[in-house]
Amino acid sequence: MNIIVPIKQVPDLVEELEINAAGTDLDREWLKMKLNEFDDHALEEALLLKDEQGAHVTAIALDGDDIDKALFAAAAKGADRLVKVTGVQAGSTHEAARAMANVLGGMEYDLVMTGVQSVDDRDGQMAVLLAHYLGIPHISVVTGVQAAGGSITVHKEYGGGMVAEFEASLPVALGIQAARETPRYVPVAKVRRASRDANIEEIAAGDVSVSAGSAVAKMYKPETGAGAEMIEGSAEEQAAKVLEILKQKGIK
Amino acid sequence: MSNQIFVIVEHLKGNIEDITFEMLGKGKEIAGNTGGELVAVLLGSGADGLASQLGAADKVIYVDDANLAEFNPQAYCKAVSSVIGQYQPKMVLVGNTSMGMDIAGGASVDHNMPYIAYASNISADGSTITSSLYGGKINVDSTPEGDGCIVSVIAGSFPADAGKADGSPAVENASVDLGDLQVQFKQLIEPEGGDVDITAQEILVSVGRGIQSDENLPMAEELAAKLGGAVSCSRPIVDSKWLAKTRQVGKSGLKVKPKLYLALGISGAPEHIEGMKDADLIIAVNTDPKAPIFDYAHYGVVQDLFDFIPALSSKL
Ligand SMILES: Cc1cc2nc3c(=O)[nH]c(=O)nc-3n(C[C@H](O)[C@H](O)[C@H](O)COP(=O)(O)OP(=O)(O)OC[C@H]3O[C@@H](n4cnc5c(N)ncnc54)[C@H](O)[C@@H]3O)c2cc1C
Ligand SMILES: Nc1ncnc2c1ncn2[C@@H]1O[C@H](COP(=O)(O)O)[C@@H](O)[C@H]1O
Repeated sequence: MNIIVPIKQVPDLVEELEINAAGTDLDREWLKMKLNEFDDHALEEALLLKDEQGAHVTAIALDGDDIDKALFAAAAKGADRLVKVTGVQAGSTHEAARAMANVLGGMEYDLVMTGVQSVDDRDGQMAVLLAHYLGIPHISVVTGVQAAGGSITVHKEYGGGMVAEFEASLPVALGIQAARETPRYVPVAKVRRASRDANIEEIAAGDVSVSAGSAVAKMYKPETGAGAEMIEGSAEEQAAKVLEILKQKGIK
Repeated sequence: MSNQIFVIVEHLKGNIEDITFEMLGKGKEIAGNTGGELVAVLLGSGADGLASQLGAADKVIYVDDANLAEFNPQAYCKAVSSVIGQYQPKMVLVGNTSMGMDIAGGASVDHNMPYIAYASNISADGSTITSSLYGGKINVDSTPEGDGCIVSVIAGSFPADAGKADGSPAVENASVDLGDLQVQFKQLIEPEGGDVDITAQEILVSVGRGIQSDENLPMAEELAAKLGGAVSCSRPIVDSKWLAKTRQVGKSGLKVKPKLYLALGISGAPEHIEGMKDADLIIAVNTDPKAPIFDYAHYGVVQDLFDFIPALSSKL
């Protein structure tokens, strides 16, 4: 079974995000990037399938900041092939999905497992767009995959902890929300070794002339703290004030 | 291009989900301001009875097919795309939900239609759509180009009551050709009952990734016990297997409405907010003064939870 895992770097939300002067995008110069957390789960699920029944796992990413490191980390965890898609600066998920579909068109795949979503996709999530460009079915918000004899059984999560089970023949694209297991950890030394031993293949994106169909009119920060009355002071003072509020409200 | 506003009806086990009524309420406002027609699009098998709850719409388009009896990502995606192709609506509202996420993208690609996701607001005439991105830290206003667009709406963005009205509007049957399906629905799996029903608790001490390790959970347990409540959590805590799924608050977890929701080290991503914003009293503790949770809390405490929890515990 050939499994493709597209991976993507996203801004680390622990850091303050700044908006550019035009008010239309983030100020990207000082952004700290990290792997989209759902990609960790997608890769884990792929590697679990590989461990269980053998599979060839390809990690693929569009060229961009810090992407080599993310690909090498995937190799250190067990990905067999690394691919970087070059020649595209995707400004939308539609473009990214189109580029990915162009490249996957020339590869063999049974399962495409993306992260379910990321924090910056204004024009939709990749799994479904990519599936449609490829002409294959899709299932999003997946929390577990079992494979047997050319078909897979997946769990898709609804609200309230309710789960729907689906069976699908291959190929199919999945938006992975959570792997069955907590994603494996890989020490930095192993990633460093992978950066020496593993090879990143570069493949050109080709024609990506599709559009998100909408323009950003304005990007801004919502008014933070608009709702909350802030409680100042040391931890002790703050705790005392919180207790006072709880007493006032008859909670304590 | 018609002047129709479509709302894709989301239903599970015979119940219409609140997101549908939220969208109907908003859709009614936009339709009213633009001289449009509000259309509820209902898919199912023998589900036309649900139309009696869709009185807020001017019309229901109903598609009946055995393969639509249960939600099926492929079948629903094809059906919605086909109905959009037949009617050419001006705007399509779909939930930014587990089901909606499997619907919107397909129609966008099939019909080359703009798709704007994570909508938390839409202007009264439908021309500007606000998306809540970066975990709720950044808003983006978008304007769709050309005619027709698909918008996925975050649950909890609009009041559901505005879209609730009894009495069935006219129902128009539409047919679609679903062709071969490679995805088959198997079964629904109900959540397992947990040791604690967090939806029945009046006091919840809720922990997020800020708690750092399962070794720190006893600190929160102790505080919860002293307050007479239970511990709940955000999703990463469950994904790390530190707490059971039944403790998860949010979009894919449980909706809670306790008298006190004490959020410790939770950033306030839209998927979490969905599950707790209606709590009577929300107090949030977070080291990041810009954490979106402070937009929803009644009281905010910028503090390290490892200092705050013992301080409060020792006073109880
Ligand atoms: C389809 C889908 C469904 C989802 N459903 C849910 C759901 O049901 N429930 C849910 O919660 N999430 C859900 N999510 C995930 C959601 O998008 C967020 O990833 C998640 O809510 C983040 O959890 P968090 O706030 O605990 O972690 P983070 O966003 O990482 O936030 C941690 C916070 O802790 C603060 N912090 C760190 N250290 C300290 C300290 N020492 N003291 C005080 N504060 C500290 C940080 O400033 C930060 O604000 C879903 C996602 C998807 C895609
Ligand atoms: N530029 C990209 N390169 C590789 N994978 C991507 C890219 N954009 C999106 N993806 C995949 O799609 C998932 C969801 O991203 P998004 O569609 O941006 O929400 C990511 O977690 C990746 O798996």
